[in-house]
Amino acid sequence: MNLSNHIPILIIAIPLLAAFLVPLIGRINKKATGILTTLALSVSLIFTIALAVKILTVGPQVYVFGATSPSLTLPSGLKFPIRIMLQIDAMSIFMGLITAVISFFGAIYSLSFIKKYDGVDKYYSLLLLLTVGMFGMEFTGDIFNFFVFLEIASIASVALISFRGVDYGEPAEAGFKYMMVSSISALMVLFAVGIFYGQYDLLNFAAIASMIKYSQLDKIALGLLIPVLAMKAGAVPMHMWTPDAYSEAPAPITMILVAASQASLYALFRIVFSLYNISLNALTVGWIIIIFGLLSMFIGVTMAIVQKDIKRLMAYHAVSQTGYMLLGVGVGLAVLANPVALQKYGITAMEGGIFHIMNHAMYKGLLFLTAGALFFRTGTRDLNKMGGLAHYMKYTTIFFIIGAAAIAGLPPFNGFASKLLIYESVYRFNPLLSIIAMVVSILTLASFVKVFHSAFLGPKLPQFKEVKEVPRSMVFAMAVLSCIIIFFGLFPDLIVKNLVHPAVMSLIEQLQYTGTVLGGM
Amino acid sequence: MLGLLETGSGFWSAIIWIVLVLVIGSIVIYIRNKGEDSYKKNTEQDKPFISGNPEESKESSHLSANHIYWGFTEALKGYYNPLVKMHTGNINDYSSWIIMLTVIILIVIGVSG
Repeated sequence: MNLSNHIPILIIAIPLLAAFLVPLIGRINKKATGILTTLALSVSLIFTIALAVKILTVGPQVYVFGATSPSLTLPSGLKFPIRIMLQIDAMSIFMGLITAVISFFGAIYSLSFIKKYDGVDKYYSLLLLLTVGMFGMEFTGDIFNFFVFLEIASIASVALISFRGVDYGEPAEAGFKYMMVSSISALMVLFAVGIFYGQYDLLNFAAIASMIKYSQLDKIALGLLIPVLAMKAGAVPMHMWTPDAYSEAPAPITMILVAASQASLYALFRIVFSLYNISLNALTVGWIIIIFGLLSMFIGVTMAIVQKDIKRLMAYHAVSQTGYMLLGVGVGLAVLANPVALQKYGITAMEGGIFHIMNHAMYKGLLFLTAGALFFRTGTRDLNKMGGLAHYMKYTTIFFIIGAAAIAGLPPFNGFASKLLIYESVYRFNPLLSIIAMVVSILTLASFVKVFHSAFLGPKLPQFKEVKEVPRSMVFAMAVLSCIIIFFGLFPDLIVKNLVHPAVMSLIEQLQYTGTVLGGM
Repeated sequence: MLGLLETGSGFWSAIIWIVLVLVIGSIVIYIRNKGEDSYKKNTEQDKPFISGNPEESKESSHLSANHIYWGFTEALKGYYNPLVKMHTGNINDYSSWIIMLTVIILIVIGVSG
């Protein structure tokens, strides 16, 4: 048996198996649950990196369940795939890398952060299931399976958001709200799956893409999928669950939830590009996505400025940053049917948007971890009650500065590189959009100056005289994310050339996506 | 060149930017270190200028988050009042937004062809 052929499924299976082992191990030793989770996620991370290298050198990979060979997409005599499969191209593995890195460092941070709570074994089990759901959403080549993984991720998220709910009311309320909006989205996704299956008798993405006609039913399916996936990604005006959920979830979970939202964003892009592509009215759908992006950018940042809870403030910034991704990719979609404009600036706009997904996962993850560190030591998220914490938490202060500079798009950090790609390319599509994006960046900086001043600057306050730096595992997770941010900022060309550009091209080139499964059909 | 990002309209290099910052920073530090002839240490010049008001103790001088950008939000009251009101925290409203947007998108996609 060649192990390398089974890497795609092992990336999902290992955390899934660990998720069920953790509660059993927890019966014997509570401490071991965190170590087992970290171990399982580290193996997943290594396998994801190995798979990324393979995909970027050899090409897209498929993994067919139950076939005599994992790459046998079409059994002899059949012209369409009948088995469930994973289909992983440059875009899927790009997202997979984000999930693997964020989940791994989330688990490391949790080792100290979550120690004081009851039900640690359940926490780790759910964290692993959330990771499984995210990997599944990103790797699956089957639209019904996408729904299943979406549900796994949503249910695990609900429980994790409510994790502190035993002692406080707000986390339970936030979990309930997320459960409600997730149920609506799941229902609509399932309805869209039903529409595809009813029309084409197919559930495989590539097979549906090869037959899609953009009929009235296809339009209805698209009209159901766009808003619910945008909602799961936190786009305005359906973003209202994000400040509730992001602020009440434990900090490492908030970081992973950001990556989970991006998995929904990935699904939105996968559907409009790989499933519909130029069969749809690209200009109209492109503008729908651009408008979502504009609203998210502007309303997200202006709402952030008036927040007093540090995590709610950061949650609104997450909404705002999602706007940049929607704007960049939306512009690419709007000019998809225009090869000249696509080459001139459409691809660059998409590269900016897609690169921003990875950058955002890293710096927003870091910022949520710094907020978690402040909460861990001070017991409050209220910025009005904080002050002078830089005197006691020097490492956290440095990590916060790095994260804040990156999200505000200050050079030489990674946020600047992706935003620059967006500004310069979107300007050629419509200058006003680019100007709004720049204004939003300035407001983002203003907002984080407020946080920095309120929480870290000022004289030592007597109520915080016992405060000290957070434990080493938390510092380590924040330090590594900071290093990634700096590295991406110094060498953005390496990331764009080797990861982002192939991801963008795999979205644009629908024939390559369908050809991976259907061969020369 | 390593670190050179092509943007379609130009390029960006963080390495060149850092080198430039170091060069300009060195010039600024050099000029600053030359000093100001009229400055006298341990005089009134050392005290912060706060419009003639007495200086508060350090502990009570920290500006809390509530007060930062007060002028900005006050000036934009007309924008903020409805926007903040829109964020009710009520799950019924969350669901309504999703349904409303779905209907709008269905109509736009249906009409646009």
